[in-house]
Amino acid sequence: MKFGVITFPGSNCDQDMIYVLQTILKQETVNLWHKDSDLQGVDCVVLPGGFSYGDYLRSGAIAQYSPIMKSVQEHAANGGYVIGICNGFQILTESGLLPGALLHNNSQKFICKNIFLRPVSSSAAITRELDEEQVYKIPIAHAEGRYYADQKTLKELVSNDQILFRYCNKEGELNANPNGSLDNIAGVCNARKNVFGMMPHPERAADENLANTDGVKLFESLIANMNN
Amino acid sequence: MDVETQSNQATVEQAIELGLLAEEYDQIVEILGRKPNFTEVSIFSVMWSEHCSYKNSIKWLKTLPKDGPQMLVKAGEENAGLVDIGDGLACAFKIESHNHPSALEPYQGAATGVGGINRDIFTMGARPIAQLNSLRFGNLDLPKTKWLVKGVTKGIGDYGNSFGIPIVGGEVMFDESYNTNPLVNAFSAGIMRAGDMISATAKGPGNPVFIVGSSTGKDGIHGAAFASKDITEESANDLPAVQVGDPFQEKLLLEATLELAKTDAVVGMQDMGAAGITCSTSEMSAAGNVGMTIDLSKVPTRQENMKDWEILLSESQERMLVVVEKGKEEIVQNIFDKWDLNCAQIGEVTDTGVLEFWMNGELTATVPAEPLVLGGGAPVYEREYVEPAYYEEFRKFDINSVPEPDNLPEIANKLLGLPNIASKRWIYEQYDSMVGTCNMSTNAPSDAAVVNIKDSEKALTMTVDCNSRYVMADPEKGTSIAVAEAARNIVCTGGEPLAITNCLNFGNPYNKECYWQFVGAINGMRKACEKFNTPVTGGNVSFYNQSVQDGVEEPVFPTPTIGMIGLVENKSAAMSLDFKQKGDLIFLVGKSVDCISSSEYLANNLGIKESSAPYFDLDEEYKVQNTIKGLIKQGLVNAAHDCADGGLFVALTEMAMPNELGFDIVTDSEVREDAFLFGESQSRVVVSVNESTEDEFLDFMISSGVPYTLLGHVTRGKMVVDDVPFGFVQDAIKIYNNAIGTKLEG
Repeated sequence: MKFGVITFPGSNCDQDMIYVLQTILKQETVNLWHKDSDLQGVDCVVLPGGFSYGDYLRSGAIAQYSPIMKSVQEHAANGGYVIGICNGFQILTESGLLPGALLHNNSQKFICKNIFLRPVSSSAAITRELDEEQVYKIPIAHAEGRYYADQKTLKELVSNDQILFRYCNKEGELNANPNGSLDNIAGVCNARKNVFGMMPHPERAADENLANTDGVKLFESLIANMNN
Repeated sequence: MDVETQSNQATVEQAIELGLLAEEYDQIVEILGRKPNFTEVSIFSVMWSEHCSYKNSIKWLKTLPKDGPQMLVKAGEENAGLVDIGDGLACAFKIESHNHPSALEPYQGAATGVGGINRDIFTMGARPIAQLNSLRFGNLDLPKTKWLVKGVTKGIGDYGNSFGIPIVGGEVMFDESYNTNPLVNAFSAGIMRAGDMISATAKGPGNPVFIVGSSTGKDGIHGAAFASKDITEESANDLPAVQVGDPFQEKLLLEATLELAKTDAVVGMQDMGAAGITCSTSEMSAAGNVGMTIDLSKVPTRQENMKDWEILLSESQERMLVVVEKGKEEIVQNIFDKWDLNCAQIGEVTDTGVLEFWMNGELTATVPAEPLVLGGGAPVYEREYVEPAYYEEFRKFDINSVPEPDNLPEIANKLLGLPNIASKRWIYEQYDSMVGTCNMSTNAPSDAAVVNIKDSEKALTMTVDCNSRYVMADPEKGTSIAVAEAARNIVCTGGEPLAITNCLNFGNPYNKECYWQFVGAINGMRKACEKFNTPVTGGNVSFYNQSVQDGVEEPVFPTPTIGMIGLVENKSAAMSLDFKQKGDLIFLVGKSVDCISSSEYLANNLGIKESSAPYFDLDEEYKVQNTIKGLIKQGLVNAAHDCADGGLFVALTEMAMPNELGFDIVTDSEVREDAFLFGESQSRVVVSVNESTEDEFLDFMISSGVPYTLLGHVTRGKMVVDDVPFGFVQDAIKIYNNAIGTKLEG
């Protein structure tokens, strides 16, 4: 499996993602530059976290116009895999590759801490191998992570099995919601299930040295199911 | 062309207006051999300001130890010290204050403090890997303090989060002495290959000089001069002296600079902080015994028609001065084009030793570089000092004047909610502490932050410490304690202390009593640094942290913040502070003393603010630390945490909370119960020991000769002292976690 991690100006989780994919998961990984348009034949494009273009407008609002995003759109339209984490998720909703939007946290503050997730979708590549009954400790770090979609979209997300993760407490109960997300939604995919987005950072929970490797299971599920 | 004839001469009155002394004006006339013009006086005024010249502190700073086999670059030689951490790697680290701007405009003041300290690190070619900060605020019940806390936190967060270097630790202290003058001290550490350092030195006449990064605007003009005076009611007029930060530009500048560092095009580089182009051109020139010709009209500016002196003095952020090897200009241009940053050649190196500044074809200032800078011709003063009357008064405090309380559990729970003890999560959860995937303390809390050095066996450990109440009570002993506590925190993580950086926050140096505090602090720091073999690699002096209200000077607590780094040789053996399981034995290493002086219990629970510094003996401390090192190295303990603010009870509770465990302990009949539980006598570390290694632990302790006590054992969640229930850990967690947020948000 070949991954390509895009660096936008202001991306700051790009090297973390490359380290996890390349060094920990031993996947072929290339670093893609926002001004280029060649995706170098990757199977999966990763839009990493950070503050693309400073996020001085809405988060992700400028990055959608980067030259490379045209190629990402084509890649997705051809069924290629795309995953956006945090700012990457924001870019994917801004560019219309994923439904919904990410609003300011209801606390109006940036929040960085470990939170707990429950996998929801049984059909998406990134969650298929995960245990629905288990909780996964994955960190968040964002100011604009409150997922929102209108009722019609929300119904479609549910009926198409597009909700990837929901926030929960460490016992798995859906009574913890760090940012006020609609229905505790932490991540979604598109109807075709080849474009994924999530606010929590699985790449920050993938190194044994950091005493939390829950995120590895997400990547392993993705790798195992990408071509299925 | 003679400068004097084309611009108006500056008068001594103008010089004084800019912050110079009359005798300094005379000195300038002597250096130039003529009277200076306004631009030249402006240049001298910023370069000879306290902020840039250290004129009132350098004499004493030179008495601090700066040598050691671990030192690759010593204090004062470059922007930051550089320490050998083995495997061909070096660590550059430094702490710096941004107090004055934060007092007026907390958001931008704090944000640009973060930007400035990181530029000091990456201008040397090191990639910042982790940040800390040390913050001081006034009484948290005051609306102004809440405004400052919120603004500073958001400023640090917005800048640091976007810049993308994790904030892995820090300290926050509240005391009324900081009501008007908060302290914002930012620390950054970076890593590089030992031989790849870029020097802040200009060399090679004919080599081009570039300015790269943000455009130059009118922000921050005279910021260095502003930082060199007291805060008064008129300080709001100095608002234009506060700089404005752009973390996105800083992130691009970081990446472009480090890409440039990999080429062979750079001769020297320095970031622009205080006094902007003036400071960087003069310091780089003086360091290389060269001069520069600079055309200010080539500097990219934000506003039209900026004056020459405005461009020279602007403290616009996210800029660097780069001296490039002639013929390699295109390499530089291409890299900065790639990152969409300004890159303009503004002059070249000369062999004259003189700085010539031109504007639209006219020579506007001619000044020799050497006399402008610290270590060159900048003035050095010896200030008088006198012991203040309060010192002896504080020392008269007697524990017997405080009756022994009969409501210990109630006091214990109250302490957990005091702002200086309670969790600072309301603040630090607004900082990205995990970007970079190197923060090993997120899931394994520890006394000092432990930072993974990827692709090596090692980890860096770092901390910032200063209990300024102790320093107020006794500057010398209090500062020795600050160094000792920093070293203790490093040792408790399994690290070996390597070196320190300091941020010396004091009142007005012309106040003899303030200066006495400063001198005492330096003496205490010297003694402790020599003991722990931790040379001082540099740092920052911030005087004038005082307000003048109705003619009365109100200085902050003297606050010599110590930033220390250490090395964990085998990162899989790094030690955390949390109790691991029910049944483990709890020991106290170090001796218990009948001392409640300067404790949170005495000052903020009983309201007795006048007492001596807590019990401390440097030799005893050293032995305790060596013992802890040995215990960790031999795997005889599974948690280690030092007793600090709030004393033993708070230390135990902090060890209990992460895994929601409790403790059942007994006190020592030789020591007052309140002193045993809440006293802050130094050199004590709590450790937990698995029953299976108890014998080996005891053998080790007996042979060490260091006093130790079996306190009790870890419980499922109950907190018990001498069979008296002190509550459940879940309730302690609620008090501890929510106290500060509740005060700030109601």
